[in-house]
Amino acid sequence: MSEEIEKLFKDMAQSIIDGDSDISVELAQKSIEMSVPPLDAITKGFVVGVNYIGDQFGLGEAFLPELVMAGEAMKAAVAVLEPELIKLGEAREIMGRVVLATVEGDIHEIGKTLVGTMLSASGFEVVDLGVDQPADKIIGKALEINADLIGMSALLTTTMVRQREVIEELDKEGLRPRIKVMVGGAPITRDWATKIKADGTSEDAVGAVALAKQLMGKE
Amino acid sequence: MSHKKIKTISNPKLKLEILTTEDVRKIHDATLHIIENVGVRFPSKRALEIWESVGADVDHEKKIVKVKPHIIEEALKKCPPAYTLAARDPQQDLQLDGNHVHLGTDGCGVEVIDIHTKEKRTSCLQDVRDIARVADATAEVAFHWVPLSAQDTPVESRGLHELKAVWENSTKHVQTESIYNVEEAKASMEMAIIVAGSKEELRKRPVLSLMQCTAPPLGHDGGSLDAALIAAEHGVPTGFMTMTACLTTGPATMAGTLAVGNAEVIAATALLQLAYPGSPVFYAAAQTASDPRTGVYTGGGPEDFLFGAATNVLADFYNIPLSMGSFATGAKEPNWQAGLEGSLSTFMASVVMSDMLLGCGFLHGSRIWSYAEMMMDCEIFSIIEKMMRGIEVNEETLALDSITAVGPGGHYLAQKHTRKHMRELFMPQFLDRRPYSTWEDKGDDARDWALEKARKILKEHQPDPLDEKVSKEFERIIKSVEKK
Repeated sequence: MSEEIEKLFKDMAQSIIDGDSDISVELAQKSIEMSVPPLDAITKGFVVGVNYIGDQFGLGEAFLPELVMAGEAMKAAVAVLEPELIKLGEAREIMGRVVLATVEGDIHEIGKTLVGTMLSASGFEVVDLGVDQPADKIIGKALEINADLIGMSALLTTTMVRQREVIEELDKEGLRPRIKVMVGGAPITRDWATKIKADGTSEDAVGAVALAKQLMGKE
Repeated sequence: MSHKKIKTISNPKLKLEILTTEDVRKIHDATLHIIENVGVRFPSKRALEIWESVGADVDHEKKIVKVKPHIIEEALKKCPPAYTLAARDPQQDLQLDGNHVHLGTDGCGVEVIDIHTKEKRTSCLQDVRDIARVADATAEVAFHWVPLSAQDTPVESRGLHELKAVWENSTKHVQTESIYNVEEAKASMEMAIIVAGSKEELRKRPVLSLMQCTAPPLGHDGGSLDAALIAAEHGVPTGFMTMTACLTTGPATMAGTLAVGNAEVIAATALLQLAYPGSPVFYAAAQTASDPRTGVYTGGGPEDFLFGAATNVLADFYNIPLSMGSFATGAKEPNWQAGLEGSLSTFMASVVMSDMLLGCGFLHGSRIWSYAEMMMDCEIFSIIEKMMRGIEVNEETLALDSITAVGPGGHYLAQKHTRKHMRELFMPQFLDRRPYSTWEDKGDDARDWALEKARKILKEHQPDPLDEKVSKEFERIIKSVEKK
């Protein structure tokens, strides 16, 4: 590996550690101009940064905003490289496909959005449907993208029951256990998740990633 | 003491200066800048129409409203500065006049530490009844929130079942945070009219008030807005609560988070005044800082305590009462953290004379109700109430006669002056002042005594019953919502 490319990979990792989307995008474009294989740019460059921040977080050194910014810088860089991958007929290995939504009648989404960012940064392909999503929309999208996981959020005690409706609908259609279901939100407890037969719940975004990996049998 | 008596803080002798006039002005200017240039989301057709009618810049697609400062400022001038929260029993009416701090319960949790089994379980309607009954007999609790979600009732009428449960078990004022759509708001007004006697009486003596959560940053829930407008139409006091959190739904800095939350609250408050000028409104807040590592809601910490004191300065600037989040520790059980967070949050919110405090009884960030925690929180409130009375200095309290009589050496235990004033000293219910050996032998503590007290109240206390005819009417109203 040439010194120049080695430096490029190092800079790529650093741009993720710094959470700087402008620089990560710039470096991704530069790698295309330099004819660096896009898969190498991702795995030998950017992913190194993501892993570093993840480790620092695990050690209690990094804060959540650093994780989020690293995730967004990663996403921006991958968006530049993806078309190149497709041209080459290659694909980044993904951990799994996820549909995220806040359930019908509920507009609270910060936790769910955070989970989406974290999952993307961890190599999941995420479709975030946003807020106030009825069961048929959520399930329809899951079928459309051949999702492995559905993640549902609810903040209100009166909307959390919608999580159960989606799960019952999935069961009725015979879509489980093919599609696994994660539930979350402030009022969601482990007991609730068990009661409505969800596959799991987590009280924070990092825990949600660990849960998703576990459900995919990846960890 | 009769169970009717309510303990509130008034005529404070302690003071705290947390924000200067200049600081408040800067926060206000930043707030107006946000409302004018960034905008606030109002996802309600009715709200958007009201904004449009006063010449605000309305983006119907994004539902974002941008409003010129003078419109907001003029509207806010119409807020009544003081009013009464009426109770089913008039001797329990609460003055919101800047000279009282009233404690309420908190809400709306989803689990409860069962009073008999001490096991944690999902909340149900009976819990709402039981907590209302215990609160009815507890002097420190001045008003109710709906403490727990009645998860065994239909979702479309749950807020009404909860309201009925509280009214049937207590004569104190009810402030519900669990009515946030048009149907339930209308039905709750019908219920309040029955309790008050008539539509006009309800306006004069609002036995119900409504609290709506904002959707930070800079947003509202459509159902909440519509419900608030219905309450304002009936002269039922309404407040918008911001729970902006540094780092996630607010900037990392406290001043910025205050400004974001302030923009949410005053924009919505102005909306109510534009629709129903002079309708009673209050400011409500429970800002916090998200945990820097995980981003989760914390339920306590120095930032929360500072917000607790700062927000009343803002509410005073707008000359409207404040309902401020206090207690509701992030601790998982009644322990060191619970005592620390409950004490400091409540002290800071009290020392600036926040009109209403929420709320005793919760663990794990308003999720898990504990009767023991409720009783211990009430004792913290009592200690703060005593502290707020300060130190009285005059001839009588300087006690020179008594000091002369005792002289150097000796003791004051047999002095008439002592006998006269000894009951002014605070007598705790749950502070452990026993000999070490007694503690060692018994192995119990405040948590056991607090739980025992709650159990005794629940077993023995009979609240003044609600007229059965009223209950029947409530049932009819609730059914009418359920039919739809």
